[in-house]
Amino acid sequence: MRHLKTLVMLGVILGLLLPEIASAGGEKVGNLVVVADTRMITDSGYYNSFMKYMADAYNSNIMVFAIWCTVLTACYGAFLGFLMDFLMSKTGLDLKSRKIIEH
Amino acid sequence: MEWLFMYMPIAGVKIFWPGLVMIGFAVGTIGGFFGMGGAWMVTPGLNILGFPMAFAIGTDMAHIAGKSMVSTMRHSKFGNVDYKLGFVMVIGTMCGIEVGAQIVMYLEKVGNVGSVVRWVYVVLLALIATLVFYDYYKATQKKKTGVVGEHGAEGITWYKSLHKIKIPPMVHFKAAGFTCSAWLPIMVSFVTGILAGFLGIGGGLIRMPSLVYLIGCPTHIAVGTDLFEVMISGLYGAFTYSLKGRIEIVAVFVMLTGAAIGAQIGTVATKYAKGYGIRIAFGIAVICCMISIVMKEFKFDAPAAALILATIGLICAYIVKIMLQGAAQELRQKKDSLVTSQHGA
Repeated sequence: MRHLKTLVMLGVILGLLLPEIASAGGEKVGNLVVVADTRMITDSGYYNSFMKYMADAYNSNIMVFAIWCTVLTACYGAFLGFLMDFLMSKTGLDLKSRKIIEH
Repeated sequence: MEWLFMYMPIAGVKIFWPGLVMIGFAVGTIGGFFGMGGAWMVTPGLNILGFPMAFAIGTDMAHIAGKSMVSTMRHSKFGNVDYKLGFVMVIGTMCGIEVGAQIVMYLEKVGNVGSVVRWVYVVLLALIATLVFYDYYKATQKKKTGVVGEHGAEGITWYKSLHKIKIPPMVHFKAAGFTCSAWLPIMVSFVTGILAGFLGIGGGLIRMPSLVYLIGCPTHIAVGTDLFEVMISGLYGAFTYSLKGRIEIVAVFVMLTGAAIGAQIGTVATKYAKGYGIRIAFGIAVICCMISIVMKEFKFDAPAAALILATIGLICAYIVKIMLQGAAQELRQKKDSLVTSQHGA
């Protein structure tokens, strides 16, 4: 019985201390804890599936979410760059040379 | 009208998505023309649309990275990006930003740093604006007296004195068209990086004039090369803010769509604008940014946001006008020369 009491006490103390120990290991984070609300997203369609996947990644593995955000931003930026380049080439403007005149 | 609002799953709010496209378009246009990220314009805009402040900065940073990529690609085609100079400056910028951030952390321990940072920012913007207009005045005087260089009259030429410093290694920057000690761009980017890190901004607002006045880049090359740097620092910022969970990726994509169109207009407009036209418009933008910060310091948040939005609208309209007029004139000339050659044949 005494051993059980000691174990329970140890458990309580560890439970109280663990978050402090865990946060002491890295940088202190802000008090704001944000959780993506996936209840509003349905599973129908590619767009919703993508949103659901990103929201789940945000809630469960922030590193995966960060990598996806960076890679997708870069890829979408490059895609738009090439697309706009193609569209602008149809305007008939000279987009490869310019004169530098300061004043 | 439900379809005009889009649910943002991470921020948990419904946002008027055409507003996001418009902000993206405006900042893409201005950023492509001036060679900067434009965080000072995006954050109040996102806030007005109902974005929580915690997400506004991170979302803005990711959007800037993508937008700068589109602009850099276009500027690169014009030959406005000096990649060698960009890479050399990235070293100084990254080290500088880290030192600047450490200074802020040290000052935070000492006391309330927020107000100090804002006033330093105001003084710095006032100096930049003064420099830009004094330079314009001096260039106009030189033009009147007939002192005109390779690219036209120039006002402030501090870079000529700095180019005389011959500490090895000496590097030739082909696109920018000058040779100088590699230490010059490294030191300039280091100092501008410290200021950017200290002020908590991307740094385009400081780096662009530094590239012109201290390193000696022609304005067009300064714009393109600065955007290349903004792209790299923006991607790094996107990653770190994502790790902190402060990015709304859906909003980034919507804004990027508008920004891609704006970036084309802003970048192509530089072709039809004179270097000093870009510098003067930049000076006006800097003054408006400075006034809005002073207003915020005295808690006039709504007028500050209104001033920023009005500035964005007017400068954007000015750039679109330059682009449309220039493009129309170019196409007319092409058509005329085609008709003349056909008649000649």
